[in-house]
Amino acid sequence: MTGKLTGPGRGRRGGRAAFYCALFLVLAVFVFPFFWMAFNSFKTHEKILEYPPAFVFTPTLDNFKNVLLQSQVGQYTLNSVLIAFGSLGVGMALGLPAAYGIARYGHRMLALGILVCRMIPGISFLVPWFIVFRALGLLDTYTGLVIAHMVITVPLITWIMIGFFEEVPVELEEAARIDGCSRAGVFLRIALPLVRPGLVSAAILALIFTWNSFLFPLILAGVKTKTLPVLVYSFMTFDYLDLGGVYAASTLVTLPVIIMVLLVQRQFIRGLTLGGVKG
Amino acid sequence: MASRTAKTRERPKEPGLPGIGLGPWVDRHISWFFVLPAVLFLGAVLAFPVIYTGGLSLFRWSGAAATPPAWVGLGNYADVFAGDPGFRNAIWVTAYFTGVSLLIEVCLGVGLAQLLNREFLGKGIARTLLILPVAGTPVALALIWRHMYNPSNGIFTWFAEILRLPPQRWLADAATVIPSLIFFDVWQWTPLIMLITLAGLVSLPADIYEAAQIDGASPWQSFWRITLPLVRPTVVAAAMLRFMDSVKTFDQIYVSTQGGPGIASQTLNLYVFDQAFQYLHFGYASSLLVVLFFVILAGNLVLASLRRGQA
Repeated sequence: MTGKLTGPGRGRRGGRAAFYCALFLVLAVFVFPFFWMAFNSFKTHEKILEYPPAFVFTPTLDNFKNVLLQSQVGQYTLNSVLIAFGSLGVGMALGLPAAYGIARYGHRMLALGILVCRMIPGISFLVPWFIVFRALGLLDTYTGLVIAHMVITVPLITWIMIGFFEEVPVELEEAARIDGCSRAGVFLRIALPLVRPGLVSAAILALIFTWNSFLFPLILAGVKTKTLPVLVYSFMTFDYLDLGGVYAASTLVTLPVIIMVLLVQRQFIRGLTLGGVKG
Repeated sequence: MASRTAKTRERPKEPGLPGIGLGPWVDRHISWFFVLPAVLFLGAVLAFPVIYTGGLSLFRWSGAAATPPAWVGLGNYADVFAGDPGFRNAIWVTAYFTGVSLLIEVCLGVGLAQLLNREFLGKGIARTLLILPVAGTPVALALIWRHMYNPSNGIFTWFAEILRLPPQRWLADAATVIPSLIFFDVWQWTPLIMLITLAGLVSLPADIYEAAQIDGASPWQSFWRITLPLVRPTVVAAAMLRFMDSVKTFDQIYVSTQGGPGIASQTLNLYVFDQAFQYLHFGYASSLLVVLFFVILAGNLVLASLRRGQA
């Protein structure tokens, strides 16, 4: 036997070296744009414009300073955080009971309906919403943006949590029922504490997705509630003046996402596939 | 686990009181109370827009509050199909972009999953690094790619020169803009297909491979005859997921090209966006949305039949 049977290069020294070379190459390709993003954000605008691209230069923090000193950055960061946590909170309030209901009592049609939510392009909500939000005065308000992003968080949280609730042993819940606990009490006191690990990764995923969201705030947010991705996008207009700012702003908006990815890791794929794959 | 079991033994504070008030009635129908908030919410934000869009697609409306929508019946649909060049272009761009990137991502993703399906040093780190393109903020990534593709000082222009390729204008040239966007998309999403497939591969039973090897199957044969058929449902599921998202692609294209040069990279999604929020043709945009919805449905049915054909 030669150990692992699933691939070529079965543990031989040459095969192993070739494998690590291939692995390095693959990872380099996928990581390179991130490296380049961070790398260039330490260059001056003129240095970024150099051709061939400069690899040796004196790093500067001016780009970050310029971006962070922009008067609206604080406001937009706060907007992003408020909208992300707002739609997370309400999404949890709606999604958790729904996930539990689906996991314990069936309701498969609802599960399907929630999946359809994910299928529909954001733009198809946006036209009717825009009209209705305008009529109701919800444009450029936190309420409007939280409602919009709940279309992302509610299906996401529901689908991830269905899987976790299904793993809660029914015997525990039955025992609590016999002890006189109501069904709602079983959900709150037995099931919820047991799915805490799943809860954390669902929450982080929801935060990543709302943090990254661009299309909804682009249309539904105004001067007051604009989020960071919209601000980063607006840096594009300075393309020919301040590429350093473009790179620094991109780095800054991506940094929290990278940190959150490090926190969830495996559950990330499970979340992206809405619980379809237990990676 | 043991400590948690002990915790659940605590006597709950409010035992159900049989026969008094609404409590028991609520408790008996509790399953509906669990799902009702989500159902109502999704009904409001999902069903309503769908119906509203369907209705609005029968009107012509600039979105101005002063002028009410004007009834045109199926006029918008007639315009869509009677040869709106923008629509025909958008369908072509969408099919080209989605079809080619999906094909490459699935092939590459399955190949890489096969490569990584083994024990090796730093597997966890590799997995985390591969998630980054999928999770990164699309607007930021698109800005970076946009500059990497810059014909005069982008790093890709330099790479092309090193590889002695003819000078490329990437996103600035109508002939290369879609392939360039496809490369961006492949970079961003191949890891997702790969990680999903990898999860499927790990769950395959090892004894089949042992049996195959004893019977003298080459690694290549076991890949085609055993791995691929077994992992196919997972791959098709991943492809369906990717298809749904690929048709929805907005941020990346909007930020890096805005549909240009001209309309060379204007997908259906971007075309609808322009019609609605650039030209304020809300009625026409609504009829395009209905068409877009059916395009997505049709694509999913095709992919779903691939999966059933297997089972």
